[in-house]
Amino acid sequence: MSDPAVYAEHVGKRYRLGELQASYRLLTETITQRMRSIGQPRATRPEFWALRDVDFEVPAGETFGIIGHNGAGKSTLLKILSRVTPPTTGEIRLRGRVGALLEVGSGFHQELTGRENIFLNGAILGMRRREIARKFDEIVEFAEVEEFIDTPVKRYSTGMYLRLAFGVAAHLEPEILIVDEVLSVGDLAFQEKCLGRMERVAGEGRTVLFVSHNLTAVRKLCPRSMLLSQGCKVLEGPTADVISEYVSSVQSEAATSLSGRKDREGTGRFRFQSVGFESAKGRIDMPVTGDGVDIVLAYESPDGRPIRNAIFAVGIYTLFGTLILQCQSDVAGTAFKTLPPRGEVRCRIPRLPLPAGRYTLNLFGTAAGDIADWVQRASELTVAEGDFFGSGQRLPEGHQSVLVEQEWFAPLNVEDEPIPALDRDLLR
Amino acid sequence: MSATAIDTETPAATELTIRPPRRVEGFGRRELWEYRELLYFLTKRELQIRYKQSIFGVSWAVLQPLAYAFIFALFFGRLAKVPSEGIPYPVFALAGLVPWLFVAQSVSQSAESLVRDANLLTKVYFPRLVLPLSKVLSFLVDLVIALCVLALFVGIYDVSPSVGLAFLPLFLVLGVVTASAVGMALGALNVSYRDVILVVPLLIQLWLFMSPVIYSASLIHGAWQYLYAVNPMVSVIEGVRWGFLGTPAPPVGGVVVSVVAATVLLGAAVFYFRRTERYFADII
Repeated sequence: MSDPAVYAEHVGKRYRLGELQASYRLLTETITQRMRSIGQPRATRPEFWALRDVDFEVPAGETFGIIGHNGAGKSTLLKILSRVTPPTTGEIRLRGRVGALLEVGSGFHQELTGRENIFLNGAILGMRRREIARKFDEIVEFAEVEEFIDTPVKRYSTGMYLRLAFGVAAHLEPEILIVDEVLSVGDLAFQEKCLGRMERVAGEGRTVLFVSHNLTAVRKLCPRSMLLSQGCKVLEGPTADVISEYVSSVQSEAATSLSGRKDREGTGRFRFQSVGFESAKGRIDMPVTGDGVDIVLAYESPDGRPIRNAIFAVGIYTLFGTLILQCQSDVAGTAFKTLPPRGEVRCRIPRLPLPAGRYTLNLFGTAAGDIADWVQRASELTVAEGDFFGSGQRLPEGHQSVLVEQEWFAPLNVEDEPIPALDRDLLR
Repeated sequence: MSATAIDTETPAATELTIRPPRRVEGFGRRELWEYRELLYFLTKRELQIRYKQSIFGVSWAVLQPLAYAFIFALFFGRLAKVPSEGIPYPVFALAGLVPWLFVAQSVSQSAESLVRDANLLTKVYFPRLVLPLSKVLSFLVDLVIALCVLALFVGIYDVSPSVGLAFLPLFLVLGVVTASAVGMALGALNVSYRDVILVVPLLIQLWLFMSPVIYSASLIHGAWQYLYAVNPMVSVIEGVRWGFLGTPAPPVGGVVVSVVAATVLLGAAVFYFRRTERYFADII
C-alpha cells in the first residue's frame, strides 16, 4: 500500500494555562470582571504547548506504539486523533474507519443491565446496531457474564464489569484502532486476556495506534514506536531502540521528594527527605529488570544530632497493594551504629528481580528501637523490561511476580547420565 | 473471529482529515444522521433510567401533569377564579401543562446534559448535539403519553375538540424546536459557566408566567399579541388548546411571529453550540 493509514503533520496543541484545571468559570464572575476591565487591555493568560510540531506516519496494517512519560503529550495526541479535542496547528489524515478507545465502559450506566449497556456502549463507540447484535454472543462469552446479562451492572463485581466493558471495546472492528492505557486496569489474568485480544486485532491487518506504560505490551505488539517528551517527538523507529532510548533518556528527574508529605508516622527522630534510584550510570527513574539498582534514601534529623542504631526498610508493593518483597538493613546483616544527622543510605540490589510494571514503595526507619519515620506509598516505581534470565525470553504475562535465578536438570533416576556436581551439592 | 471481519458495511475509502477548527461550522446534519443510532440508544437510556428509578415507572409521565393540573385547578381555578374561556379549569390547565411540562423538563435536563456526561465528552467523539437532543426526544415520549391522558380528560369533561387538531403536529414541532434550541444553548453555556445551571430553574419559572399556562392568551389584546408571541410557547399552548378544547385559534400573525422567533432561536443556539463544542473536552 502506498498511502499511509495515518499521516500526521506539524500537529500541535496549545492550552492557555488555567484551561487544564478548573477551566470553567462562573458567568456572574466573568461579567463582573469584564465590566471592571472595560477600557483596559485584556490580560493574556500564559500559554503552554502540550504538543508541538509532531509528525509521523503509520502504514496500513501496522501496530504503532506511542510511549513517553506522564505529561509528554501522549494523551493529548490521542485526544486529537480520536477527535475529542481539536489540534491548534497541523493536520492529520486518517484513511479508513476510525475507532478510538480511550477508556473502557464509556457511558455504562449502573442501573442498566449488561445487555442494555452492551448496545449503548457499542453505539457510543460508533458501532452499528446490526453489528452489535451480530457480535453480541461473542461479547458475552468473552466477558463470561452469560448468567448475569439481564442483571443491572451495579450488581456486577469489578471483574465482571471490566470484562464486559473491555469485551464491547475489543469487538470494535474499525480499520484504524486507537488505544490508550486500557490494559492497565484489572488483574493480571484479565490483562493477559486483553493483550491476547489486542494481538489478534493487530494480526488481522488493522492499523493500531497503541499507547501504554506497559512496555512489555508495547514491545510485544508494536514493531515500530515513537517516543514523546515534553510535547515533542524525540525518536521514531524500531520499538527496541525507542524503548532503550526512553529508559536511558529519563535519568533526568530528581528523586521523589518527601519533605512535603504530612501523612507519616513515627517519632520524627529522622525524616526521609527523598527516595530515588541509581544504576551504574547514575540517577535513573526507571530501573531495568535484571540490572543492578541502588535505592537511595535521603534522610535528615531535624535537631541535627547523629542517629544511633538505625534500621531502614523498603517495602515494594504492586499497585493493587500486595507486598512483593521487603528489603531491611538489619535482616540483611548491616548495622548502622551511628549515622550523621543528614545523609543518604542506599540499598543495593545486584539483580532486580521484578518484572516490568508499576509498583509502589513504603519506607520505614527506626532509631534506637523506636519508629522514627514511616511513609506509605512514598513513591511509585516503574520497572522497565530487561532480560533477567539472559535467555532473551520472558515468562508469559500473568505468570510472573518475582523472578528468581534457576537452573534445570534431567531427573535423578536416569542412570547413564551423570548428575552435575552442582546439583548434588544443592541436594545435600 | 476471521481475518475478514473488517466491516464491509462501510465503504473502504473513508478518509478523515483532522484540522484546527474553522471559525464557523454548519449544523452538522449529515454527521448527526450518521449517529442516529447513538441518539436512539441515548434516548432509550434516558427512558430506561427514568422509569426504572421511579416507583411509579411510566405512570410518572401521567401523574406529573395531573398533579400540577389538580393544584392549579384548586388555586387558580377555584380560589383565584382565573377565566378559562368557558372550559372547565382543570382540563383547561391540563391542556396548557402538557406541552409546557414537556418544554420545561426538556430544557432543564438538556441544560445539564453535557456536564453530566462529562466523562463521555472527554473520552469519545460523537456529535455533541446528540446529548441535549436525546433528552428532548425522551421527553417527547412522555409528551405523547400525556397527550393521550389529555384526550381522555377532554372526553371526561365532555369538551369538544376542533379542526385545530389537524394542526397539532405543527404546534408540537414548534415546541420541540423551542425546547431543543433553549436546551442546547443553556447546555453549552453551562459547560463554560458552571453557575448557569443555578439560574435555569428561575428562568423556567419566569417563562411559565410569560406563557399562557395558568391563564388564557386572550387576556392579551391588540398589537401586544405579536410581542407576546415572540415567546413560541404562546402559540404552542394556544394551538394545543385550540385543537383539544375548541377554544379560538391562535392568530395567524402571532403564529408566524412564534415560528420566526423559534427558527432564529434555533439558528443562534446551533451556532453558539457548534462554536463552543470543540472545546468542551478541554474545559469541562
